[in-house]
Amino acid sequence: MTVIAASGRVWHRNWLVYRRLWHRSLAFGFLQPVLFLTAMGLGLGAIIPQDADAFGGFEYVVWLGPGLLAAMAMQTATFESTYPIMNKIMWGRNYEAMLSTPLQIRNIVWGELGWSAFRIGSLAVVFLVVLFLFGVPRSPMAVLAIPFTILIGLAFSSCLIAFTATQKNDVGFSAVFRFVINPLFLFSGTFFPLTQLPDGLQLVAWATPLFHGVELVRGSILGTLDPLAAVLHLAYLLTMFAIGTWLAERTLTRRMAG
Amino acid sequence: MTSLAPAAQPAPAPANPLAVAWARLWRSRRLVERNILVYRHQWIIIFSGVFEPIFYLIAIGFGIGGIVGNVPPQFVEGREISYLAFAAPALLATAAMNGAVFETIFNVFFKLNYAKTYDGVLATPMGITEIALGEMLWALFRAALYAVAMFVIMLVLGLILSPWGLLIIPAALLVAAAFAAAGLAGTSYLRTVNDFDVPMGLIVMPMFLFSGTFFPIEVYPEPVQWLVQLTPLYHAINLIRGLSLGMVGLPQLWDFIYLVAFFAICLTLAMRQMEKRLIK
Repeated sequence: MTVIAASGRVWHRNWLVYRRLWHRSLAFGFLQPVLFLTAMGLGLGAIIPQDADAFGGFEYVVWLGPGLLAAMAMQTATFESTYPIMNKIMWGRNYEAMLSTPLQIRNIVWGELGWSAFRIGSLAVVFLVVLFLFGVPRSPMAVLAIPFTILIGLAFSSCLIAFTATQKNDVGFSAVFRFVINPLFLFSGTFFPLTQLPDGLQLVAWATPLFHGVELVRGSILGTLDPLAAVLHLAYLLTMFAIGTWLAERTLTRRMAG
Repeated sequence: MTSLAPAAQPAPAPANPLAVAWARLWRSRRLVERNILVYRHQWIIIFSGVFEPIFYLIAIGFGIGGIVGNVPPQFVEGREISYLAFAAPALLATAAMNGAVFETIFNVFFKLNYAKTYDGVLATPMGITEIALGEMLWALFRAALYAVAMFVIMLVLGLILSPWGLLIIPAALLVAAAFAAAGLAGTSYLRTVNDFDVPMGLIVMPMFLFSGTFFPIEVYPEPVQWLVQLTPLYHAINLIRGLSLGMVGLPQLWDFIYLVAFFAICLTLAMRQMEKRLIK
């Protein structure tokens, strides 16, 4: 088997499990942005002064929507790469069974990443439809938001699979959710522009991955993407994805050997 | 299993119902002790929750607050209230809710369906009532931790604008008790981990977003306002915000009555449901 075909088997296994749940997953994938955009976008937007130029001249809901799409990718990737992976490592022991076939660690990691890309891509399409319903997109470049969103997901998935493979139980996940993912969700320019933060914190925020994802997705949907900056953001996320994949193969190899 | 459960019910009650209730409440402390022992090594799960409302306060309060400035005065009895002071008490109320429901939904579900903890507990002198009360007391501790942490931060930042603020912690405990009972009642209906989407995605999250947490519900059209006013979190937020801003009146009395009634109904339902799930 080539690497791709073998990884496809792992992907296919996830699909067989997911088949019973996909309609529900997409329904929630639709409902969540609708709720967030109605509450935070329109509700909170109603008390934000109209002349506030902090949002690049856009209404708050228009500015917020793409940021939420990027954040959704991070959150879905995080969830998909923690408990389900932990389950396949030690509770359900699926990987042990897979490794007794011609499948190898690399196929598992790539298969899971491919799965993550598929899940996030399908949710991104649904999210984009919601954004259209709210009249958010300002540019045909908005379709680029789908590959950008998938890249955000892959960057986070790969790093989190690497992390999950090092954990002996699920206690560490709480710390990651609360101290890494939640702050990234709130402080990456999703809800408010980073210029609102003190200078020192702004520098920290610029160094974090979700900020680059938010910039890419927002820039493509609102048509404000600067090509040079886009290259920088893409380079950041691709590097994170590459390092994460390399680490995931290493940590999972060590874990499954031990 | 079947033969064990009924035998585990406490002996026939003495005459005074209050004494019985107290005896059961006192016995339920054993479950709290059990949880303390278990969480000794997993304290980070509970402790990390302290930071969630604080991060929200910094992000939304300062980030959005820096742009909004003061809440438009028509929403706060014509007073000058900073957005930060407006959002903080709501975040305290939601923290109390989250502490209670995370415990009674996720952790109770796990014990009920996978760890089978309660089957073991029922083999002791503890009954269904003690289990339900014990888990609620434990959830109350967790919620209280989050509420007190948030209260201290509000105090330090000068966001409590009235002496009524002294009542915030007791009010938060009432909120937590109401949601702990509701969580316990709801969990008994869940069958698999995929079902968590329903309480979290369809109830807790929408309430968090729409109950006047981040903006006054008066921005909605009237019918939507009525709908929001049916939810328990709206009353929790309205009560605690009223105490914090010193806007206390009939609406807050109504919030209090609503929460007490909601607690009583959910408690009854929780007891009945737990009995159904555990005595087969």
